[in-house]
Amino acid sequence: MSNKLDSKTPAGPLAEKWTQYRSTVPLVNPANKRNLEVIVVGTGLAGASAAATLAELGYKVKAFCFQDSPRRAHSIAAQGGINAAKNYQNDGDSVYRLFYDTIKGGDYRAREGNVYRLAEVSVNIIDQCVAQGVPFAREYGGTLSNRSFGGTQVQRTFYAAGQTGQQLLLGAYSALERQVGLGNVKMYARHEMLDVVTIDGKARGIIARNLVSGKLERHFGHAVLLCTGGYGNVFYLSTNAMGSNVTAAWKAHRKGAYFGNPCFTQIHPTCIPVSGHYQSKLTLMSESLRNDGRIWVPKQIDDKRHPNDIPEEERDYYLERRYPAFGNLVPRDIASRAAKERCDAGYGVGPSKMAVYLDFAYNLKNKYGRAEASKLGIDNPDDATLLRLGREVVKEKYGNLFDMYKQITNEDPYEVPMRIYPAVHYTMGGLWVDYELMTTVPGLYALGEANFSDHGANRLGASALMQGLADGYFVAPYTVGSYLSKEIHTKPINTDHEAFVQAEQAVQARLDQFLQVKGTKSVESYHRELGLIMWDKCGMARSEAGLKNAIQEIRALRDDFYKNVRVPGGQFEFNPELDKAGRVADFLELGELMCLDALDRNESCGGHFREEYQTEDGEALRDDEAYRYVAAWEYKGGSDWSLHKEALEYENIKIAQRSYK
Amino acid sequence: MKVLQFLFTSSIGRKVLMALTGLFLILFLVIHLMGNLQLLKHDEGYAFNKYAWFMTSNPLIKTVSYLLYATILLHAFKGLYLVFANRKARGAKSYGSYNGNANSHWTSRNMGILGTLILAFIIGHMSDFWWEYKFGDIPWTKYETSITDESTMVTDITSENHGVHIRMGVAGDKEVFITKDLYKETVEAFEEGWLVALYLLAMAAIAFHLWHGFSSAFQTLGMNHPRWNPLINGLGKAFSILVPLGFAIIPLYVYLLK
Amino acid sequence: MGSEAMKINLKVWRQPNSKAEGKFETYQLNEVSPDMSFLEMFDVLNEQLITDGGEPVAFDHDCREGICGMCSMFINGRPHGPKQGITTCQLHMRSFKDGDTIVVEPWRAQSFPVIKDLSVDRSAFDRIIASGGFVSVNTGNAVDANSILIPKDTADEAFAAATCIGCGACVAACKNSSAMLFVSAKVSQLSLLPQGKAERENRVIAMVDQMDKEGFGSCTNTGACSAECPKEIDLSNIARMNREYVRAKLVSK
Repeated sequence: MSNKLDSKTPAGPLAEKWTQYRSTVPLVNPANKRNLEVIVVGTGLAGASAAATLAELGYKVKAFCFQDSPRRAHSIAAQGGINAAKNYQNDGDSVYRLFYDTIKGGDYRAREGNVYRLAEVSVNIIDQCVAQGVPFAREYGGTLSNRSFGGTQVQRTFYAAGQTGQQLLLGAYSALERQVGLGNVKMYARHEMLDVVTIDGKARGIIARNLVSGKLERHFGHAVLLCTGGYGNVFYLSTNAMGSNVTAAWKAHRKGAYFGNPCFTQIHPTCIPVSGHYQSKLTLMSESLRNDGRIWVPKQIDDKRHPNDIPEEERDYYLERRYPAFGNLVPRDIASRAAKERCDAGYGVGPSKMAVYLDFAYNLKNKYGRAEASKLGIDNPDDATLLRLGREVVKEKYGNLFDMYKQITNEDPYEVPMRIYPAVHYTMGGLWVDYELMTTVPGLYALGEANFSDHGANRLGASALMQGLADGYFVAPYTVGSYLSKEIHTKPINTDHEAFVQAEQAVQARLDQFLQVKGTKSVESYHRELGLIMWDKCGMARSEAGLKNAIQEIRALRDDFYKNVRVPGGQFEFNPELDKAGRVADFLELGELMCLDALDRNESCGGHFREEYQTEDGEALRDDEAYRYVAAWEYKGGSDWSLHKEALEYENIKIAQRSYK
Repeated sequence: MKVLQFLFTSSIGRKVLMALTGLFLILFLVIHLMGNLQLLKHDEGYAFNKYAWFMTSNPLIKTVSYLLYATILLHAFKGLYLVFANRKARGAKSYGSYNGNANSHWTSRNMGILGTLILAFIIGHMSDFWWEYKFGDIPWTKYETSITDESTMVTDITSENHGVHIRMGVAGDKEVFITKDLYKETVEAFEEGWLVALYLLAMAAIAFHLWHGFSSAFQTLGMNHPRWNPLINGLGKAFSILVPLGFAIIPLYVYLLK
Repeated sequence: MGSEAMKINLKVWRQPNSKAEGKFETYQLNEVSPDMSFLEMFDVLNEQLITDGGEPVAFDHDCREGICGMCSMFINGRPHGPKQGITTCQLHMRSFKDGDTIVVEPWRAQSFPVIKDLSVDRSAFDRIIASGGFVSVNTGNAVDANSILIPKDTADEAFAAATCIGCGACVAACKNSSAMLFVSAKVSQLSLLPQGKAERENRVIAMVDQMDKEGFGSCTNTGACSAECPKEIDLSNIARMNREYVRAKLVSK
């Protein structure tokens, strides 16, 4: 094992590691903080919260985002909620239980120390957000409301209707803008980071392109924080925003930061299915719908009847059949694979046959309709009354989601079951970081979805928001300070320095390269093609042959890209096609690494399912002996990577096969 | 006065000023209408002329009237300023296609034009009647009301040949009221078809201006409450129809009965 | 759903940069599926333009699920097109008819200069938030979340105001290019909640001052903003801001 992969997890009992760390970490005095500059790339939950907090502490911060405003980062789209071990419901929740659920949900592929810290600071996040004025849902008595999410048995999810991500991001954004107003943060919107500048092995700044003028800019920082989100868009179709990309993380990877578990991607089970070849993105229907919707397919292959005409006994509620204990509420990876299995076997529904039904009729009538009827004192209500009453309740709970579904599909989910299919949603993999969230490049940090850390091989619902804010508000400000305490003698480095000049030249050469191809095919068409390869061969089910094949196809596609792509316009203008070309080019490299990683991991765990490694009844078959490690890939140039392994030690948790039956 | 400076310097201040002046003018409309309705009395203008005389001679009313003139000017010119400032806020290019009717009532988008029409009307109206009454050479009328049987004798006179000083008083068993006859002036004016048409047009402008303006003033002053909105809006709509209608009836009545 | 493909004529505003004069260009699309979103139709148009050697139309978009607030097209005279309560990315072509001509323009406001084609610069909104759209609480200063009790109705009302996505449709729809709905949504959210009460006077004055400085027009209560708001933010927020502002001006020291 490489000594670069020292996780630096503090010694001592699990519950005291973080307290111990915080109490002994070296500090920077206020006068010195003013002379230390930090670059934060990305302004989602992790980036905005980190930039704001570091600025509050007194550091000089520069924050970058490619969107037109920091408020647009894709954290905003998270619907369901944020977990915290507050135990406000008195249902037996605790920091340890949240830690345990997260490790188990992640199929035992996450680092204990990090996850425990995450669970620990989760309670502070809620306090902080409430103090900022985030309007969480409340009970009539004025206390905070909670709901439950997949993979847990307690109610620990805090939420703001179906817009929790938006409200949390706006909270972090307002904290960030406050610091902008105070002059402590300089904000660079519509700027894209195109390289990390390293000097003497340490990250010392970035090259960014002003996306409006097209000019390249050099920015110095004593430390650089990448909070640039996940890379789900490598699949072209995903629930990610159109602009979400791997570029910043990928540049860091090429500059020496190891990439951790790149093949761990989360496929969300409840998304609106693809409707045509023109489709640009997939829309998620919140996991909370699985609380009240029952998932089924017809028992008969290629059943062409209207769903409402298929009688009860001819429906296969396959999740309830296979997983009686958790039923429709099994974790995401399991629900997704089960849907794929049914569709592949020919039972799929809808025009594409790649969808299953999510049906609310039963609960509409029997759960909510009956409850309302008994509240109103109606004896022996007829079906129509039950449906009408139930509809009112469901409308209150999920009205916005139902409307969204109807808007997209032109079908009314109150009348007809929703058609859903899994879609790429989140990437557990990312830049490898240690306990301090530092990558293998000193001074270069990765926060939030951009790092590989806390979710192992599968993330539980409502945990992404928690991790982003934990990293940004409560972890990085300490750990970055620890690094900066040793940098107080480093004067700001002039950006005329050779390293900046060379990095800028390399970026310039790459931009020129895109513009000079002058081929005929659009960037979008390459992206779409890459997506198809990735989805078919590195998606929900992977096989050795498929992955090997995918690697060849990706290489061929990449070669073709540099021969036939057409990037219209020039560099020194607002040119979204050029921006996209850079991002797709990076995806074309990342895709290969993902396949390589999936190929290397000869086991099935969490979101990573290798067809060769499954139990008799088709469940994931983990191999803890051989693969209980983080795969950290070092870039060696071209198509060459070398694998470093960080063994995962479980001192506090007994590893077991996950069972939701 | 520094505390009120914001009424002139900030966007919200300016609109509060528009709302306050607007509400004051709305109040004035009520008073004005109540007076004007006396024109409909068949008393050869006695009541109306008495009202006109009262309005121009009572010191308190006189003071209020100066406030009114100031309010009209403030409301009109601040309004026009806002129209131009708001047009500038759109920028150099305006929309190639703009479907305002999809999201707002046309009156609300044309308060400037409606207001300008009303301003033009007020200028004409003031020079027709207010100026004439104050400084013009219009006929005089003497009303002699018997105290015993309350019968009134009306005589046309001219101011020159009488040199009247006391315009109201008691002489013997008669109450004598000598006045510039605004009633006659008005009735004669409204026998002109084109002027009646102009008046009706102006009343329509006022109605449309109020259709938006009445409830808008309340919104500006921060009064927007689900429980009160129907009342304010209903009152506003009723007001914007009934009050201009009341004004419009007079010229129509005079014209049709001539 | 297998609906028939439609022919759509597009009249799109083209402007190379903020300084250039722009003009409308007409394009024809022959194979528009009614199930496409409006932005997917633009993807198809751009794909066609790129393959034919033309310049694609620049437009802002990101999440494509109606929450990021980035998409911003003025369609047939209305921001985000003909339907209520949605953003451009949520508009589907089934809302149009075969053979329709659709006029597409950028938001137009002095304070939202055009960057290129249909993209505008909305950084004025960020500056307004930076002037006061926050609660001044540093990380780590918070008390336990349940120690601040907030009645459900108040929380719901604050939430309704907080759903603003900052897309700028209010400014685009308003004949005065006023930003009152945007600013009032934030002022309302924070003045309703106890956490925001401490700074309510300073906040509303600072934010309104900044709004005026940015060159937005003033509100004449036409209601167009709220009618076109994809999140249907209520006009009562503007009334609340008026109240807050006058109150602050009259009572603050």
